[in-house]
Amino acid sequence: MEYFLQQLINGLTLGAIYGLIAIGYTMVYGIIGMINFAHGEIYMIGAFISFIAFLVLGAIGVTWVPLALAIVLVVAMLFTSVYGWTVERLAYRPLRGSFRLAPLISAIGMSIFLQNYVQLLQGARVKPLQPIVTGGFVIMEGGGFSVYLSYLQIIIIVVTTVLMAMFWAILSRTSFGRAQRACQQDRTMAGLVGVNVDRTISLTFVAGAALAAVAGLMVTLHYGVIDFFIGFLAGLKAFTAAVLGGIGSLPGAMLGGVLIGLIEAFWSAYFDVEYKDVAAFGILILVLVFKPTGLLGRPEIEKV
Amino acid sequence: MIESGDRVPLLDVEHLTMRFGGLVAVNDLAFQASDREITAIIGPNGAGKTTVFNCLTGFYKPTVGRLTLRRDGTEFYLEQMDGFRIAREAGVARTFQNIRLFPRMSVLENLMVAQHNTLMRASGFSLAGLLGLPRYTRAEREALDLARFWLDRVNLTDRADWDAGNLPYGAQRRLEIARAMCTRPVLLCLDEPAAGLNARESYELNELLIDIRDRIGIGVLLIEHDMSVVMQISDHVIVLDYGRKISDGDPETVRNDPAVIRAYLGTEEEEELPEEVAEDLPPEMVRALRSFEDRPHEEDGH
Repeated sequence: MEYFLQQLINGLTLGAIYGLIAIGYTMVYGIIGMINFAHGEIYMIGAFISFIAFLVLGAIGVTWVPLALAIVLVVAMLFTSVYGWTVERLAYRPLRGSFRLAPLISAIGMSIFLQNYVQLLQGARVKPLQPIVTGGFVIMEGGGFSVYLSYLQIIIIVVTTVLMAMFWAILSRTSFGRAQRACQQDRTMAGLVGVNVDRTISLTFVAGAALAAVAGLMVTLHYGVIDFFIGFLAGLKAFTAAVLGGIGSLPGAMLGGVLIGLIEAFWSAYFDVEYKDVAAFGILILVLVFKPTGLLGRPEIEKV
Repeated sequence: MIESGDRVPLLDVEHLTMRFGGLVAVNDLAFQASDREITAIIGPNGAGKTTVFNCLTGFYKPTVGRLTLRRDGTEFYLEQMDGFRIAREAGVARTFQNIRLFPRMSVLENLMVAQHNTLMRASGFSLAGLLGLPRYTRAEREALDLARFWLDRVNLTDRADWDAGNLPYGAQRRLEIARAMCTRPVLLCLDEPAAGLNARESYELNELLIDIRDRIGIGVLLIEHDMSVVMQISDHVIVLDYGRKISDGDPETVRNDPAVIRAYLGTEEEEELPEEVAEDLPPEMVRALRSFEDRPHEEDGH
């Protein structure tokens, strides 16, 4: 029981991070119908910016942890957003209206470019960061096993929940959110009622990148090591999460993220840890076979 | 020909030509539309009516032509503008032949998104909206007021929370017009608004359009096949055939214009059997065909 609870906590933490990245995939898919394969790299860049920001803050002597965290959070979101915006502007917007595969190929190219760019600038070696948030408490003990909840896990789950709630509020309550949903449903028509579609798409990339940056920051804190290649697998997992939840659906991305996180955590706990990715992707395949639209996805109904 | 007297027309279309490869969809078209008038564009299928709309709303860049829209003393050259700028700056709104609402947004949201510009300016890109600043709440309230006004006008107030896609067909048509009006246009372009409506709905539509013309005072441009609608409500009718304007005037003039009758009812084409075809046919068949041709039939005197 205690062991199960511990895995639940670990899985939720991991799932929250996947969920944050998955939102970026699902929003971009929703609005322009393409998979932004460079999104994993945006997350990786978010991690690097967080890493650098921590080093800079350490060097100038900002050591009070809550302040440092807040500053890094803002800085990472800001700079990563600029990357997200630039990628869209340079690699996708010129190809809008082109055939469907063009932006997809461009995205893969962008992904390879960003990996190599970070590798060249930062080096290929794994970057370690000393633990910033330490400590935690035991919430339950029994059977020779104690369930441990670290402060960092609390931070990750709280920050993620707050951000997702904020993002959801923006989409459902504000004028930008309405325009965003309108663009998802009919881009041409949105333009005809005066919505600046290009800008709405840009802002969608910016929002996705900002959330990915938070995920990058959390991973940097959680694992304490990053390298230029972390975006690949995390991106793939988050994409899986988005598809599992139903691509295009915001709650779907969050649910999918949490599910993938839980599957990984429980598989690692009870079965062979080497096969945790097999489990995650295996379940994706099963869901796609039996419910191709994902768990919360909307079936495409063609009116005849 | 209708001349709008000393009044400067709201819309001035000159030399509009749209080619798609070898196909000339619209050929050197010129017409004017005024505010406080309903201008109908009619013509047989494929005459280029929707193409004219697509040029006006920025869907197509015309091959040749100048489309001048005058709003508050400023001239906008529509052929040079992006679609969303035509909507927000020049004030041209449009509906489609096949309804294009945002089906998974509520009826009210459909009307609110049409006021995105006003709100976006007031909200400082949503930030003020999230914080609930007074400037934004005021703008949001005004937007709601306008939306409620049009909801009421098209009898959808009690269904404001429905998903637009779940409304019955006639209501969707009305909502589309209400949404177009919420962009605060100076020119409303309607592509076959009466298509698929029953007699009562069609009558209500006429009332609505007359109301928009007389009380809101904007110009209405209408593509319509339903002649009862066209003849009852339009002030000015333009007839297209094969991309060219063949008639232009008030409904009565156009109705009696021989060119229009020809375009709609067709003319007797050269139907004689060509010699080179006749050579290949058995003589009895040629005889039979020729006798068929010689049969007397009604000519419309072309």
